[in-house]
Amino acid sequence: MKRDADENSARALTVAEPGQHPDRILSLRGITKRFGAVRALAGIDLDVHAGEVVAIVGDNGAGKSTLVKILAGVYPPDAGTIRFFGSLTDIPSPTESLDLGIATVFQDLALCDSLDVVSNLWLGRELTRGVGLDEVEMEKRSWELLRELHARITDVRVPVASLSGGQRQTVAIARALIGDPHVVVLDEPTAALGVSQTAEVLNLIERLRERGLGIILVSHSITDVLAVADRVVVLRLGRNNGDFRASDTTSDRLIAAITGAIDHSRRTGDDE
Amino acid sequence: MNLGPHRLIEHSELPPRRMREFVDSGMQRVRAGDVGSAPVILGLVVIWAVFAALNPVFLSPTNLVNLTMQAAPTGVIAIGIVLLLLIGEIDLSVGSVSGLAGAILAVGSVQLQFPLPVVLLAALLCGPVVGLVYGIVYTRFGVPGFVLTLAGLLAVLGLQLRVLGTAGSVTIPFDSVIVQFGQQWFIPAAIMYALDALVVAAVAWHLVSEARRRANAGLAARTPLSMGLRIAALAALLTFSTWYLGSGDGRGVGAMVLLFVALVGGTHLLLTRTRFGRAVFAVGGSVEGARRAGIRVARVQISLFMLCSTFAALGGILAAARLAGANQSSGGGDAFLNAIAAAVIGGTSLFGGRGSAFAALLGVLVLTSISVGLTLLSLDSSVRYIVTGGVLVLAVIFDSISRRSRAAAGRA
Repeated sequence: MKRDADENSARALTVAEPGQHPDRILSLRGITKRFGAVRALAGIDLDVHAGEVVAIVGDNGAGKSTLVKILAGVYPPDAGTIRFFGSLTDIPSPTESLDLGIATVFQDLALCDSLDVVSNLWLGRELTRGVGLDEVEMEKRSWELLRELHARITDVRVPVASLSGGQRQTVAIARALIGDPHVVVLDEPTAALGVSQTAEVLNLIERLRERGLGIILVSHSITDVLAVADRVVVLRLGRNNGDFRASDTTSDRLIAAITGAIDHSRRTGDDE
Repeated sequence: MNLGPHRLIEHSELPPRRMREFVDSGMQRVRAGDVGSAPVILGLVVIWAVFAALNPVFLSPTNLVNLTMQAAPTGVIAIGIVLLLLIGEIDLSVGSVSGLAGAILAVGSVQLQFPLPVVLLAALLCGPVVGLVYGIVYTRFGVPGFVLTLAGLLAVLGLQLRVLGTAGSVTIPFDSVIVQFGQQWFIPAAIMYALDALVVAAVAWHLVSEARRRANAGLAARTPLSMGLRIAALAALLTFSTWYLGSGDGRGVGAMVLLFVALVGGTHLLLTRTRFGRAVFAVGGSVEGARRAGIRVARVQISLFMLCSTFAALGGILAAARLAGANQSSGGGDAFLNAIAAAVIGGTSLFGGRGSAFAALLGVLVLTSISVGLTLLSLDSSVRYIVTGGVLVLAVIFDSISRRSRAAAGRA
């Protein structure tokens, strides 16, 4: 296949793309994904820089979830390249995605309700002392992390089931940070939340940005996106349909791009 | 920076967990339906009080020694059931597997005259082999454990009959080491006291060192008073049991009973202090959550099926040792039902994710107490079945209610 050949030669020759933006963590080019006859993604470009919140918006069926799943390693793209810190890479499995430093928080959070906060945060990556679990160190670091995030959680030894929606979202995001990722992908983090809980999560996203992480925020809510994002990438029918600076765009323009009233599909990417 | 609507909320520093919350949490847990072993302990006390009132012999050391010996084999099987219930699965074939292990032991050591260690190993190994088959079929094809192990029950029962052959019943001679172990070996009091002291010292050391580490890490730690009470209660319980079982005509703690209690303790440590145990509870709570957290769910499920069958095989060996033989009905009848009932009565939730190794110990004590108590009252097994059924239903009702109140209190 042509793509394989390209990839191999690129790998052999270059580590970093020439003219690479220094803070650029993740760079997708021409990502395409088909499910049978349905083309979910048709040549998507996306860049994420350190300390940047990139919102991905689009109508249902625009390809947001597919893009998230490609980043999370749920399935590989059919075509296109993924560069991580300039190096070409594949994300064949969820484990590879985590190992690269991409932490994905899915909409359903996938927390274990009957386990407490500490157990959920460290699940699958527990700290040990000899053969046994090091509960003290895990609890201590959990508190440190939650305080750093100004999380509104008062007891880390209660089952996650007893927490509010915002607190659960916080736990899920904090869990993503335990692995010390470079990029955090948040899939509809505010979809099921009330006003104050949404505010809580948006505050949290800003704190992640302050830590220098690249954040991909997939959301339906234009208000949330404009409140917290630095850049807004609009997807429409599996294609890029505009890349806006959040500070100089309006919700009307975004909605126009989302619905296809304005066609931005020519001006994709932001190749600085 | 952005000044969006999310600025409405000012973040505040959170106070660390206060001591008072630590104390209150016990009460909250009761109200929220998170009561642990309290109801079954209460039930056990009531049962003992009733039987003691009806017939004082019930609480005599001799009777209690007999009770513990009778409880051990079923209890060992129940440990395995507890493990599987933790992931919301069940193994109906534990009776057949225990019967097969007993048959292998009896036939191998008596008819074939193989050396005992070889026979024991072979009998024990049929457990993990059966469990591995279950685990693979379960994880590969997604067959519900209920049906899978029901099929296993029949197939393994067939194997048991095949092993026993035409004889149908094999008696192990009384002087065989394994029968001696099952019937005659009691731990000398001095050694039991030493073991008690060792356990108390280990628990005390663990509590104190953890409290110190927690204090150093700035976390809420147990107070010296609460630690002292716990250690004292444990020491009192262990030394009193040791003393009482050996007092009067009592022969003390049977080797088999000690093995059972040690297995319960070991399983408890495995479940609460290791990554494997954490993975078990995670799979029991949410399979998808566990998978996304990078836990190899299938591996956990296969290990649990193997552990459960292994405990069943060991229980069968102990039963054969205690009864000095195996026959076609070993492990049949109510044997597997008792083990499952013990796990549930002991407080293991049928809904997965909740329970403790001590459920096997407490549950089997309840069941055996009922059985022994009714026998002392010269009531036949018809009454025993009815009473046991009633207690089981009570336990399951309790499980459902507490699950509902947990859901209501948001602790599901």
